[in-house]
Amino acid sequence: MLLNEFLILAAFLFCTGVYGALARRNAVLVLMSIELILNAVNINLVAFGAFKHNVAGQVFALFVIAIAAAEVGVGLAIVLLIYRNRRSIDITQVDLMKG
Amino acid sequence: MVAQNVAFAIIAAAMVASALKVVTTKNVVHAALYLIVVLAGVAGIYVLLAAEFAAVVQILVYIGAIVVLFLFGIMLTRAPIGPDDGLDNDQRWAAVIVSLFLFGILIAVLVNAFHRQHVNPTSVQRTNDVALSIFQTYVVPFEVVSVVLLAALVGAVVIARRD
Repeated sequence: MLLNEFLILAAFLFCTGVYGALARRNAVLVLMSIELILNAVNINLVAFGAFKHNVAGQVFALFVIAIAAAEVGVGLAIVLLIYRNRRSIDITQVDLMKG
Repeated sequence: MVAQNVAFAIIAAAMVASALKVVTTKNVVHAALYLIVVLAGVAGIYVLLAAEFAAVVQILVYIGAIVVLFLFGIMLTRAPIGPDDGLDNDQRWAAVIVSLFLFGILIAVLVNAFHRQHVNPTSVQRTNDVALSIFQTYVVPFEVVSVVLLAALVGAVVIARRD
């Protein structure tokens, strides 16, 4: 198999995630798009690990999975707090820092 | 090799279609369910790359835990279960341009850098090797990850607690 098959699939997932994070209004959907981005990075890590016959790619992918779990936990807690304070999770309305 | 390429094509087609649905669907719950298909496809890609431990961890952690967390988040923020037209903001077309531009640049760079390089995952990276690598070479980062997970757990409880 060509290495580029995996890398281009990962690039597509990454760009889809970037689109979702920029264009979505619902905070939970933005977090889902960030998961797409993290998975694209993981595919790259494992593919390069297989390409170089080095096990470090898989180990780093496992670390990224652990950090993603932590990120989703804290992210959803923040989203719940925003919902509790404002009765909405529309992130275009969370603009208290705007002058 | 032919069987692997056919499997890759099927998995990649399912992943591309589902990823597009995750970012375009008008139903929040459907987005979470399409995300499951993408994550399962990533696990299939790991199997094709002979990384079976990463594939199992992907299914256990992502599909078993993270998608359930997303469904809890959707439920607790009382998102409408049916279709909802207000899920996209008005930067939509700018976002399309940015991501297409990024995709074009990435493809150009990848084709230029890794043209005709082959992955040969016949030499399986066994779980044994992964375990030895984690607990010998990367034992300090492993411990740091456990501390980060604990901090995130405590932080999530503190942030979401009603007082």
